[in-house]
Amino acid sequence: MADIDVKLASWKLVEVGRLVLIRRGPYAGKLAAVVEIVDHRRVLVDGPSSEEQKIVPRHVLPLAHATLTHFVIPQLPRAAGTGPVKKLWAKNEIDGKWAKSGFAQKTDRVERRKNLTDFERFKVLRLRKQARYEVQKSYAKVKAAAAKS
Amino acid sequence: MSDGQTKQFGKGQRLVPAQKALKWYPVDDESQPKKVRKTIRPAKVRETLQPGTILILLAGRFRGKRVVLLKHLDQGVLLVTGPFKINGVPLRRVNARYVIATSKRIDIAGVDAKTIEKVSTPDYFTKEKKANKKSEEAFFKQGEKPEKKVVASARAADQKAVDQSILSIVKKEEFLSSYLATTFSLRNGDKPHEMKW
Repeated sequence: MADIDVKLASWKLVEVGRLVLIRRGPYAGKLAAVVEIVDHRRVLVDGPSSEEQKIVPRHVLPLAHATLTHFVIPQLPRAAGTGPVKKLWAKNEIDGKWAKSGFAQKTDRVERRKNLTDFERFKVLRLRKQARYEVQKSYAKVKAAAAKS
Repeated sequence: MSDGQTKQFGKGQRLVPAQKALKWYPVDDESQPKKVRKTIRPAKVRETLQPGTILILLAGRFRGKRVVLLKHLDQGVLLVTGPFKINGVPLRRVNARYVIATSKRIDIAGVDAKTIEKVSTPDYFTKEKKANKKSEEAFFKQGEKPEKKVVASARAADQKAVDQSILSIVKKEEFLSSYLATTFSLRNGDKPHEMKW
């Protein structure tokens, strides 16, 4: 009999302190923390970010309009007010962690690329071409060296 | 009713008017021409079309080319140049409607103002009359090579004078020369109404 290792699944749970990304409505694209679970499809969220344009006011959000993220504010008291949430938000460096996440970086890049002017688009095109050329050159070198040995 | 002439008819005389009165009154009122309330106003130019702006031409022989805006002529006509050495677009007049203004702008303060003044006169671009008109016989003659079009040397000199300072500015910025040299085109998924220029 082989030993079977049973591990807890690392699912993202809807829990108090879970950070969600809002996908629809007026706060689409912003981050908020679950403060209280209203029922099986709605949660109370609050997003007291330190940056003015990223603040999400406390409101009830349908879970269908949210995506769960990997981040959790540990030990967030249930139904905590905006003040304590803000304190814990800052203490856990949520804004910084989120900015470093792959998703945020990707959306940032998409947004930046979208707002490029015609000349900047052209420069991106050229620089990418140059980078590609360098990569292919070194790849060809490695390949040739491998074929010899 | 003094005009006319007095004529003798037997014993008496009578004044015969030079112009006879009409036998009837006109049935209809004389129609008054409609007053025109429109006025010719000078064409309003877009704010983005400042001299020195790099434009994308949308119509005509040079469509897709990126060119430098030199001056506004009247009635929404723009004077542009390639520069000719970079993309082959000569000094040329284009309609402001068929142009996209990009946000890239270069300094054209150093451009020869006298030449631009000369070029922007209305009859600068009129076609010269042919000195030797082809006869019918020449038209039917076969196998003869057609004469090559000769660019007037004055035109070429003007082009050079205008482009000189633009070229030196363009050279200073990286990628700008090749940017002007490439034509613009839409690719898959490009939405021109959502793009920023």
